[in-house]
Amino acid sequence: MSKAKNGSGFSRRKFLKGVGVGTGALSTGLLSTAETLSHAGALTSGTPQGPGAVPITLHVNGRVHRLTVEPRVTLLDALRMDLEITGAKRVCDRGTCGACSMLLDGKVIYGCSMLAIDAQGHAITTVEGLSVDGKPHPLMTAFVAHDGQQCGFCTPGFIVASKAFLDRTPHPTREQVNHGLGGNLCRCGTYHGIREAVLEVGNSGGKAHGAV
Amino acid sequence: MAPSKYDWPEAGDRHLIGQRVARVDGPAKTSGHAKYTLDLVPPGMLYGKMLKSPYALAKITALDVTAAKSMPGVKAVHVIQDVGTTIQWAGDEIVAVAAITEGQAEDALRAIKIEYQPLPHMVNEEDLSQVGTRGKLGEEQRMGDPDKAFSDPEAVVSEGFYGAPVIVHCCLEPHGDIAAWNGDQLEVYASTQAVTGLVGQFAEGLQIPASTVRVMCQYIGGGFGSKFQADRWGMVSARLAKAAGAPVKLMLERDAELMVAGCRPSTFAHVKVAAKKDGTLTGWRSESWGTGGVGGAGVPPLPYVVRIPNQAKRHTAVSANIGPARAWRAPNHPQACAVTMTALDDLAAKLHMDPIAFYRKNADLLGDRSANYMEEFTKAAEMAEWDQHWHPRGAGSTGAMKRGLGVSLHTWGGAGHACVCRMRIQPDGAVEFEMATQDLGTGTRTIMLMVAGETLGLPIEAITLNIGDSHYPAGGASGGSTTVGGVSSATRRAAVDARDQLFAAVAPGLGVTADQLEAVGGQIRVKGSPDKALTWKQACAKLGVHAIEASNKNPGPGALISSGVGGVQIADVSVDTETGQVTMNRMVAVQDCGLVIDLKTAESQVLGALIMGIGYSLFEEKIMDRATGRMLNPNMEFYKLAGLGDIGELRVHMMTGKGYDERGVIGLGEPPVISPGAAISNAVANAIGVRVPTLPLTPDKVLTALEKGVSA
Repeated sequence: MSKAKNGSGFSRRKFLKGVGVGTGALSTGLLSTAETLSHAGALTSGTPQGPGAVPITLHVNGRVHRLTVEPRVTLLDALRMDLEITGAKRVCDRGTCGACSMLLDGKVIYGCSMLAIDAQGHAITTVEGLSVDGKPHPLMTAFVAHDGQQCGFCTPGFIVASKAFLDRTPHPTREQVNHGLGGNLCRCGTYHGIREAVLEVGNSGGKAHGAV
Repeated sequence: MAPSKYDWPEAGDRHLIGQRVARVDGPAKTSGHAKYTLDLVPPGMLYGKMLKSPYALAKITALDVTAAKSMPGVKAVHVIQDVGTTIQWAGDEIVAVAAITEGQAEDALRAIKIEYQPLPHMVNEEDLSQVGTRGKLGEEQRMGDPDKAFSDPEAVVSEGFYGAPVIVHCCLEPHGDIAAWNGDQLEVYASTQAVTGLVGQFAEGLQIPASTVRVMCQYIGGGFGSKFQADRWGMVSARLAKAAGAPVKLMLERDAELMVAGCRPSTFAHVKVAAKKDGTLTGWRSESWGTGGVGGAGVPPLPYVVRIPNQAKRHTAVSANIGPARAWRAPNHPQACAVTMTALDDLAAKLHMDPIAFYRKNADLLGDRSANYMEEFTKAAEMAEWDQHWHPRGAGSTGAMKRGLGVSLHTWGGAGHACVCRMRIQPDGAVEFEMATQDLGTGTRTIMLMVAGETLGLPIEAITLNIGDSHYPAGGASGGSTTVGGVSSATRRAAVDARDQLFAAVAPGLGVTADQLEAVGGQIRVKGSPDKALTWKQACAKLGVHAIEASNKNPGPGALISSGVGGVQIADVSVDTETGQVTMNRMVAVQDCGLVIDLKTAESQVLGALIMGIGYSLFEEKIMDRATGRMLNPNMEFYKLAGLGDIGELRVHMMTGKGYDERGVIGLGEPPVISPGAAISNAVANAIGVRVPTLPLTPDKVLTALEKGVSA
């Protein structure tokens, strides 16, 4: 009951044109004004939804997606299973491990702990949305340089959480990194490299890894 | 052994081996573009879910799946264990369904009617006197004359209880796979440590020819020893897919992942150790037990590393109704280490000896790696500032916060597994090679490319590597620290063979014989006459229309790999004696593993092992409920992994250079994860003056130990 409707009687391209949202014109975080978003789909109102599938609209990484999901489907599952945006991982599925970290209007959230229908009207950014024109985000480059990943399953969540952390703590101390990234867990044990990478990007303004 | 053309280049001739190279799949992983099994959605794929037993021991008395079959979206229902079967652990799989969405599959599970007859289970083994008939007493093993060693009036004897409970793997990507049939051909996308090995397992389990099975895995989200098997859910996914006529993804839920798919057996022991007054070890006596599920568990190698001359030991394997044992990094070693190096540390404290001096005194008992341990003690003590911060047990600060240091040592084998590498050099200069192996995040792709680049004189960016598909030449399972030895030596041999074919093709044109050529810096050139050279592309163009193809394998000629490593670790902790909280200040690891190929990913292996070790030392335990027989913490808020703020400062040193490099390549996945339990427990004992007997060193246990005040 939750298949993306791109192409079947409804063209995503036409839709985007209709609402004046061009994919190329958007970059991360620009979709945060309610004015832009209010055109894009029916926001959840006070009326009961479901239990059957309902049409919803999600704004993910600067693109608009229309899909049909049961109200019980989480934002994380809608992205992963219906839109095949799989950078955010499902691990604990109950708001503990941070593997599904993503940005909602620029603030980090756990995608497993929000319903897809409630994410309408917000700008959602996953790790895939942090690369601009195929150019990796400075944090990605720093994670590679400091080997802040092994199996890599927690890595996208850490990248997103690190970005949000640096946005609110631009020049962090070691202690601040320890605390600020405490909402994400890794099993292989990559914290040492992650900490070095975040400290470096935060304290060089990202210059060490290509940010302007 | 006579020199071989396959031998590793001499130190001065290495351009890539031993360097710090960033892992080649880092960009795919950090950008979110790496696709794991859990991420894949083949067209038409269905979601599988399994009904799990709520009982730890029960007989299925009634089962009706009729209603489930007619639920919306349901395409197949498969009964795994039918009426009359006795379930042996909570979480065991009984019925599987495949439906269009996950929600529909879950709804269908709720429509299954099932009745059980619960039977008396046993899930707690820490108190051996409570396990009743579930304990299978092993034979007592004796060596030398332990009775005499302990009855010697001059002997100093220390006695204690030690142990480590069952912990779980908690892979972030759960176990499972996607099965897809194309006629009689089965394609499996699996989260696996054994791409090649799974082919035979699926063929045997489904009674189909192995030639019809293809297994693929590009990325795996953690294994740690728990993902060598196709598992029952693998067979079920294939059966559901067959019945539904569509691909089926069947991967475990988080609770199942912790309940049934990861179990490092426990070990508990009453230990007595004896030494002369000068610290020379004379006797060991242990009564140990542990469980790894219904099948019991392996016998830990006690006493660990230290060859105490007089020993008496006996082990009881306990059959408990918990999910079955799976290999966990360095099977049996962390437990044996947590029992031995704590008991020895208590003895050293009783002797009023610095534990490092105590191990030095007993250097003769430390086996083949003894000389390395001595070097590693020196290095580790320097890195941990041992002389500055270590104090006799309990003789630290007088305030509520107590600081302490503890040490441990470990060993592991780690030879290379059997595998085959195939390499092609095209006339246009393209180089491609392949093996049906897998990269667990250890850096397998990276070190294979480094070896190929080193051998061909090319940068790694100029070479293409294909792994993770059983259609490539056979690889080995990634376990026991055998992967790096296997894949590096097979790659080296295939690359030397391919390179030599290229030499033979271009030698006549350069007016020399093939053995006068070398491949360096993107050139094929005459040794000693660097001006007589062809670029790689010019050389390959001489091949005309025929590509070079070479296959070679491990084992094979040349002294490329070895086995047997040692490592020393020192933990530096602070303990709040008012709250029982243990805080890591620093952890130091000094490790040898022969010739290091990629220093960066090698250090990462050790850093990761330290962090995993901090986790199982301070937080991790599979907590079983005596009344219900269920795991009480099958989730990630109560099965606690270490977080970024829990690790303190980590310092790693790899022993390389003369005396180490010439041994060849040796695996590293297991050894550094062995010592943390003992090192951290010893640091806590050093800080607070008493032993906290078992891991994890949680605040309640620290406070209990302080209250009892039992000192060694």
